Amino acid sequence: MSSHHESILREPLITGENITYAKITEDVLVPVENKANKAWWIGFTIASLGALLWVFAVSYTFWTGIGAWGLNKTVGWAWDITGFVWWVGIGHAGTLISAVLLLFRQNWRNSINRSAEAMTIFAVICAATYIISHMGRPWLFYWALPLPNQFGSLWVNFNSPLVWDVFAISTYFSVSLIFWYTGLLPDIATIRDRATGLRRKIYSTLSFGWNGSVKTWQRFEAVSLILAGVSTPLVLSVHTIVSMDFATSVIPGWHTTIFPPYFVAGAIFSGFAMVQTLLLITRKVMNFENYITMFHIESMNKIIIVTGSIVGVAYLTELFIAWYSGAEYEQYAFLNRVSGPYWWAYWCMMTCNVISPQLFWFKKIRTSIAASWILSIVVNIGMWFERFVIIVTSLHRDYLPSSWVMFYPTWVDVAIFVGSIGVFFTLFLLFLRFLPAIAMAEVKLLVKSSSEQAKKELIAKGNLNKEHAKFYVDSLSKYDSVNPADYAKI
Amino acid sequence: MSKTKYILGAFADPDEMLLGIDKLQEHNIAIYDVFTPMPIHGIEAKLGIKPSRLPKAAFWFGLTGTCTAFAMIYYMLVFDWPMNIGGKPAFAVPDFVPVLFELTVLFAAFGMVFTFFFKNHLFPGRTPRVMHLRATNDRFIIAINAQEVSDAKKVESLLKDAGAVEVLHNDRKYVSYE
Repeated sequence: MSSHHESILREPLITGENITYAKITEDVLVPVENKANKAWWIGFTIASLGALLWVFAVSYTFWTGIGAWGLNKTVGWAWDITGFVWWVGIGHAGTLISAVLLLFRQNWRNSINRSAEAMTIFAVICAATYIISHMGRPWLFYWALPLPNQFGSLWVNFNSPLVWDVFAISTYFSVSLIFWYTGLLPDIATIRDRATGLRRKIYSTLSFGWNGSVKTWQRFEAVSLILAGVSTPLVLSVHTIVSMDFATSVIPGWHTTIFPPYFVAGAIFSGFAMVQTLLLITRKVMNFENYITMFHIESMNKIIIVTGSIVGVAYLTELFIAWYSGAEYEQYAFLNRVSGPYWWAYWCMMTCNVISPQLFWFKKIRTSIAASWILSIVVNIGMWFERFVIIVTSLHRDYLPSSWVMFYPTWVDVAIFVGSIGVFFTLFLLFLRFLPAIAMAEVKLLVKSSSEQAKKELIAKGNLNKEHAKFYVDSLSKYDSVNPADYAKI
Repeated sequence: MSKTKYILGAFADPDEMLLGIDKLQEHNIAIYDVFTPMPIHGIEAKLGIKPSRLPKAAFWFGLTGTCTAFAMIYYMLVFDWPMNIGGKPAFAVPDFVPVLFELTVLFAAFGMVFTFFFKNHLFPGRTPRVMHLRATNDRFIIAINAQEVSDAKKVESLLKDAGAVEVLHNDRKYVSYE
């Protein structure tokens, strides 16, 4: 099985010369087994200052109450739920990469799944902190759980999407966490068997005694496949339920059946953008160019065009249906979004999410690292504005014109949002430092079939169709980690 | 030689290791276990290991989750304290679906993973029972119980023929206790 050669037409998933199993281990564990470099410390310092800002702002909110935020009696949800939905959406790409791409046998997921899943977990942590802090009396958060009547007057209302959300988010977080950690076990065992002293003791505890016997691997693969199978509908259900928090209300602009697919596509869109933002830096700083190749970057950009276009169709459908429905409140809600006092937020959303990602149709742009990185940030900004537009523009002009207001964030709103980004990056940087950022065991599976080295040997042997070999060599021109001169002589 | 407990053949290439398994089996030499840094398909079939029953276990765990969720919601909303919400029925099955689904997934995932950990004795702090330290890095190890083998030299030559880069005759079963 491991000697199975795939079609020469497929682009390689690992590049570089002299790739051996040992070299993969060495390359991936460089940041884990050595002292952190300057870039890591600079990043970590900035991120942890952000995290401290978050701690301060959230503590201030707990101390003074939700009045510390810019909310008013008309706009009861603003930056808090915007931030919550933004973070949950970002989390979705990790599960998509680890679960959906596993079911579809997309082997390029092998080198990005670990860090994308870590991103999922940290993003859901950030989302959950918003939920806790927007509760007003966060110490009574357990009232959202189905507990006996002595804790309140009644059982929780299972007809409400807010209760479904409690179940969805907590299931999503805990299932993602065990999926990620089970996948980490073999790689933690690798670190353990190379370490000495205290480090060995710590990684030994974390490795759960993994030894890589036949039965362990067999069960491991069964577990991975079934977890992927259940995580796929799970990830779709989570953002569906998040969208139902809005769609089941009777607020114009929220009460639409298009919300579930529209939110799920948007979540995957923003999630891949965040994966792109993180991995383009990680690959550079950690020297992972041979494992996270231009093929990975281009594939993710293609997913960004697809999901961005789905989101674009959803925006246009919303506008059309608002007009076509003949419902005046719905019509006004959308007129107000497009041309009301928040027109700039709406058009910022449209530009960042629908127009600028279309640039990825140009091969030059989607295989340019700088352009991919900038556009991924633009998408993240756009998706934040999407949630802001949905939430605030629907609320700020309600059914009663005398209560129409604008929303102005306070410094606490801003500090919690900026701080949550700090929390996210702090966790992500700690992950890069202490755990292998690439799933070594899974990447090792690709060495004999999908690596540039294996394919080069095949070409050198000369038994291949010349046209196919030429097609393959031409496809390598986009790779920044391949030297085309190596192929000149073959 | 009688002190040898386990003979280990260390391979640098998974295909050579699979060849090694074939060669040993041709000579009716029992293989104790195989340790690899990554999942190698085909070993289970050669060693005659049955497919895992974990997927079936996952199904039953999932079904337990569905039933638990249904019983919980039915008890709370229909039996214990039915509420009149706009005159709608308390027993509103479509509204139960999201929570039924979430608990199905939760039970299936946790049930299966914990069964896996339990069956393979994986838990935090367990002493790793490792026979070769590079088995988690770049070596594919075939372990043979030396007590069951009459001719250790022959085992060694079979392993070497298949392409083993190193053959060890270990007096101790596990190296990780040292």
